[in-house]
Amino acid sequence: MRLLIALALVLGLAGLAYLAGRSRGNRMVVAAGGRIGAVHSRPVYHGAYVAVLALAPALLVLAGWGMVGEGLIEGQVLGSLTAAERPASGNDSDALMNEVRGLVNGDLPQAFNPLAPRLAPVYAAARTNGDLLAGALAVALLAMGGLWGWSRLRPDFRARNRVEIQVRALLLIASIVAILTTFGIVLSLIFESIRFFQLVSPVEFLTGLAWSPQTAIRADQVGSTGAFGAVPLFWGTIFIGAIIAMAVAIPLGLMSAIYLTQYADPRLRKWLKPILELLAGVPTVVYGFFAALTIAPLVRSFAVALGMTDASSDSALAAGLVMGVMIIPFVSSMADDALAAVPRAMRDGSLAMGATPSETVKKVMVPAALPGIMGGVLLAVSRAIGETMIVVMAAGLAANLTANPFSSVTTVTTQIVALLTGDQEFDSAKTLSAFALGLVLFVMTLILNIYALAVVKRYREAYE
Amino acid sequence: MNQNPAPKPAIGHNAVPKMTARDVNVFYGQKQAIKNVSIDISAEHVTAFIGPSGCGKSTFLRCLNRMNDTVDGARVEGRIELDGEDVYASNMDVVQLRARVGMVFQKPNPFPKSIYENVAYGPRLHGLARSKADMDEIVESALKRAGLWDEAKDRLGESGTAMSGGQQQRLCIARAIAVDPEVILMDEPCSALDPIATARIEELIDELRGRYAIVIVTHNMQQAARVSQKTAFFHLGTLVEYDDTSSIFTNPKATRTKDYITGRYG
Repeated sequence: MRLLIALALVLGLAGLAYLAGRSRGNRMVVAAGGRIGAVHSRPVYHGAYVAVLALAPALLVLAGWGMVGEGLIEGQVLGSLTAAERPASGNDSDALMNEVRGLVNGDLPQAFNPLAPRLAPVYAAARTNGDLLAGALAVALLAMGGLWGWSRLRPDFRARNRVEIQVRALLLIASIVAILTTFGIVLSLIFESIRFFQLVSPVEFLTGLAWSPQTAIRADQVGSTGAFGAVPLFWGTIFIGAIIAMAVAIPLGLMSAIYLTQYADPRLRKWLKPILELLAGVPTVVYGFFAALTIAPLVRSFAVALGMTDASSDSALAAGLVMGVMIIPFVSSMADDALAAVPRAMRDGSLAMGATPSETVKKVMVPAALPGIMGGVLLAVSRAIGETMIVVMAAGLAANLTANPFSSVTTVTTQIVALLTGDQEFDSAKTLSAFALGLVLFVMTLILNIYALAVVKRYREAYE
Repeated sequence: MNQNPAPKPAIGHNAVPKMTARDVNVFYGQKQAIKNVSIDISAEHVTAFIGPSGCGKSTFLRCLNRMNDTVDGARVEGRIELDGEDVYASNMDVVQLRARVGMVFQKPNPFPKSIYENVAYGPRLHGLARSKADMDEIVESALKRAGLWDEAKDRLGESGTAMSGGQQQRLCIARAIAVDPEVILMDEPCSALDPIATARIEELIDELRGRYAIVIVTHNMQQAARVSQKTAFFHLGTLVEYDDTSSIFTNPKATRTKDYITGRYG
């Protein structure tokens, strides 16, 4: 709360710095008689320059305090205890600090730990002091930065160029944040996976054929031998995402792209293309219950009609069919781009030879656009194997290693959801296996994406 | 005002024209691109269409094999005949028409296939070869007639797009003549080529003369003078003058032709 007030104060002061810089710029312009070039930069740039110099250090201080402040306060509060009173483990001190915070914030009427009421005023005082100190430091830096920037303003000062550099730095920071986040995600996956692989060997995980992630809590427990062979999950993922879904999405997506680019009247295309792309905007959970409630029973009745009386209501086919429909817009929009990028001269050349439109599509357009279409298909596969909601709702949890589309299979994403839902202990192989599965999935989609983008890029170069 | 005007006589004076056009109008949406063009195209000559950019010469050329059909919003009025058959009649099969009236484009547009497959494309479409040996023969003779055989015979399996621009254009000519058409339309075939490749194509056009009726659209008046026997001058969608090439260039009748030939505009 106090941090928010400090932030508002800092932003307000930076606004004042902007106004001060701008008005000084204005005065320089007036003094120079308004001649173009007499003052290098326009007043807004002077204002922006001063404001950025004022704001940047103050924001850094506030952000830094927000990140490390709580840790410092904790150290101070726990340090006020005598050695004998200090909690033994990290867990205990976390629990104690939570109670202290609860008392200070008023969320907790009564503490269990007798130390907590004694520490509450220490904590409150430390936090107040810390916040005030950080706020004061921020305002001081703001004033210094602003004044220094303000003092540098001259008619020949190149504020415009400085602001350009500041803008570039801001944009760089924004992209670095996105990249660092990705790295953070990968690192967290890797660290948890390493913990898992200390419990289960990678060879067993990657080649084992049985998946039954139950581990024993007590030594004498029945059915407690965990099996972590993930092959049935990989197979289920590929079966649903890369085989059944693609068998639906590739023909439908490609043919609709061919129709839209080669045959459809431009007015019709203007309507049809956005409608097709609407499919991509349907939330996957909606696809999920469509698969589970509408398609799965149909698939099951069909299987029963074929004579499979024990057909499961969760089937690979139901999930795969719906996922294929979901993927259609990916395939069709990539194929559409690829076909549209084939030079018109190519198509005219074929038509002028007396080829019909469909012969032209088959013999010239699709071969010429094939790399782009392939790239689109690979991106669609990578999207399909990472898809979660449809398979969670329609594919089932049984880790069967089967090629029968009417039976229930499970996928990597479904299992991750199952493993991490509810209260989990984070030191068992069962829970940690979710991260190893996530890592494998990540590596698979990463490779597919890199390969697909390389294919698409090479093909773009071919026609430019 | 005459109530029933007699059909305007065609400009030009040939015994048996290969293609005739009478009162052709072309519209792109609301815009009229060709106005009342009538012309006879001779079988044994090279006919050049010249005129400034946007004068409609390419548009008119594309009417002759109905390539304007592929342009959205294009509408053609009037009558165009090939050996007395109405090209725009409802029973005229576009596929067969285009097999008889081949086309070479402004920018070389070989398909991203091998040289062999580029030439074999048309014969395969129209079922001209019964065996592999037949096809080999067709490909060889088309490449020979296009003057590309010596350069291409050892690399028939390589991609057509890997050749030089001039070679690509000759490959496109070979592709067009592989189906043995009666008329070849060339839409500024040298505008993307260097002078040496251009000279090579011009020689080739001269060699092909007599065997095919050739119509060439060109920006380059020297080229028209070099390769053609008949020249038609288009301006603002109308056919201004059509005559023997020598008379057009030495003794133009219309002032607009004269102004264009002498470089006053265009």
